Amino acid sequence: MAEPVGFYTDTTVCIGCKACEVACKEWNQLPSTNGGVNTLSGDSYDNTRALDGIHWRHVKFIEQFTEDRKDGRWLLMSDVCKHCVNAPCLEVCPTGAIVRTEFDSVVIQSDACNGCRDCIAACPFGVIEVNPASGTAQKCTLCYDRLQGGLEPACSKACPTQSIQFGTIKELKGRAQKRVDQLQQMGEKRAYLYGADEKMLGGLNSFYLLVDKPEVYGLPPDPKMPTRNLESGTWFSAFGAILVGLMGVINFRNRGASENAREDRP
Amino acid sequence: MNTFPSSTFFSAPPDWGWLIVWYFYFGGLAGGCYFLAVLIDLFGRREDRPLARLGYYISFPCILISGLLLTLDLGRPERFWHMLIESNTYRLMFKAWSPMSVGSWALFIFGIFSLLAFLSALAEDGQLQQPAAKSLRPPGALGSIIAAIGGLFGFFVAGYTGVLLAVTNRPIWSDTPLLGMLFAVSAASISAALMILLAQRSGRATPGLNALHRLDSWVVALEFVVLIAVMISLGPVFRAWLNAWGLLLFFGVIVLGMLVPLALYWRRQWFGDLNVTTAAAAVLAGGFILRLVIVFSAQGV
Repeated sequence: MAEPVGFYTDTTVCIGCKACEVACKEWNQLPSTNGGVNTLSGDSYDNTRALDGIHWRHVKFIEQFTEDRKDGRWLLMSDVCKHCVNAPCLEVCPTGAIVRTEFDSVVIQSDACNGCRDCIAACPFGVIEVNPASGTAQKCTLCYDRLQGGLEPACSKACPTQSIQFGTIKELKGRAQKRVDQLQQMGEKRAYLYGADEKMLGGLNSFYLLVDKPEVYGLPPDPKMPTRNLESGTWFSAFGAILVGLMGVINFRNRGASENAREDRP
Repeated sequence: MNTFPSSTFFSAPPDWGWLIVWYFYFGGLAGGCYFLAVLIDLFGRREDRPLARLGYYISFPCILISGLLLTLDLGRPERFWHMLIESNTYRLMFKAWSPMSVGSWALFIFGIFSLLAFLSALAEDGQLQQPAAKSLRPPGALGSIIAAIGGLFGFFVAGYTGVLLAVTNRPIWSDTPLLGMLFAVSAASISAALMILLAQRSGRATPGLNALHRLDSWVVALEFVVLIAVMISLGPVFRAWLNAWGLLLFFGVIVLGMLVPLALYWRRQWFGDLNVTTAAAAVLAGGFILRLVIVFSAQGV
């Protein structure tokens, strides 16, 4: 296996140009609109709205302004699949369509997916959606085909500010920590890394430098594996089955016993 | 914006709609009716065999409908077999830790048991001229083994759907481990209700019907307790039901599907003969609304 690779996204230098979105769509031949209808969201400059089957990159525009709008700031963040080390989508996929590649990325094989959508409900980040053209679940592949050809993913290649950086996870973590230290020294005490350590789903192969709480960026503060409920859910279900079974036995047996007793009377 | 009661609020809805609601309902009926029929076969009296046959007659069509609904809900229905066979390697596809994978196999295997019981019931009713088919049901050894294993699979089919919802990252679904238990118990209550209704209409009102009737009241009471436990276990996520879905849950499930039937079961003098029918119909309606609320409310968050 090649050394694990991924993205480090420094949200503090994102300028919201959406070059990453466009590069992703161009390389992966994704349609610009779903069904050819253009609608404006009315929500800042964000008309992409969310990651889905035809948007594998999404630049979020978060406005933090005072009531009178005299003071404020923009938070910009290019969102993408996190390629989790312990990937919830891969874990639940019942067809084996979702696989881990030699680059430690998580890829949905469109020819194997049957569109059950279990992975959509399992992803804690809301990354996956069905592409209406294929009827299958789709998301970022970390440009698997480009990686195989020795190229970096289209989005990071196109990013003009190096907000999206591609590389080996080890190298990216070192680079990201230096940047956090630099920002802290410059007075931006809120800077921290989201998903860089192993506590979050074993580590995110696409991690972020943020300057506010994860929720502000639409990221879960504490994402978990879906199978956390598997064992307890199974035991509770079995307990329910046993209770109902006992109730059935008592009712049918009692009736039989009492009727037998009546029949036995002289 | 910053006050989310759970990290599950950042996931996307899988757009499981009406087909899945109906699947949960028919799957519950298929597994539940089979399970109750097995209980009657194994623990009831000989006069109750027609009632057990009714359970098998309901179970098999319901499991067929369930498979059809699940297939139609896929984005690529022609690839339904990918659930059982890995499409790239043609090896068996099975993940013990994925409820959808295990559930697909359980549906397939339970379908076979359900078919065997269905054929046996037909043979016993004289609709199938295959005397050997009668041995597929208790009291014989082969029939008892089939009933016991099939009953376990039946209850699995009835309850695994709740575990499947819990093994996601959607609000409500994955914020409680009790949905599987709720669905399993609810499957028993709606199955008993449907068997009561059809037994009355089809002239299968055997002596065991009263026992089934009493059992249903017990199970509905248990279901009520489990639903309250679900609500408590949700903790702060419960507020996701403080809306129209919550009202539907309260009036459609708790009042119509639980409290009304319990009152009718325990106050039989109220409507005379209509009591049993009304109670059973209310349980059936409540069971459907329960699945409707749970499937849709978690996706509207």
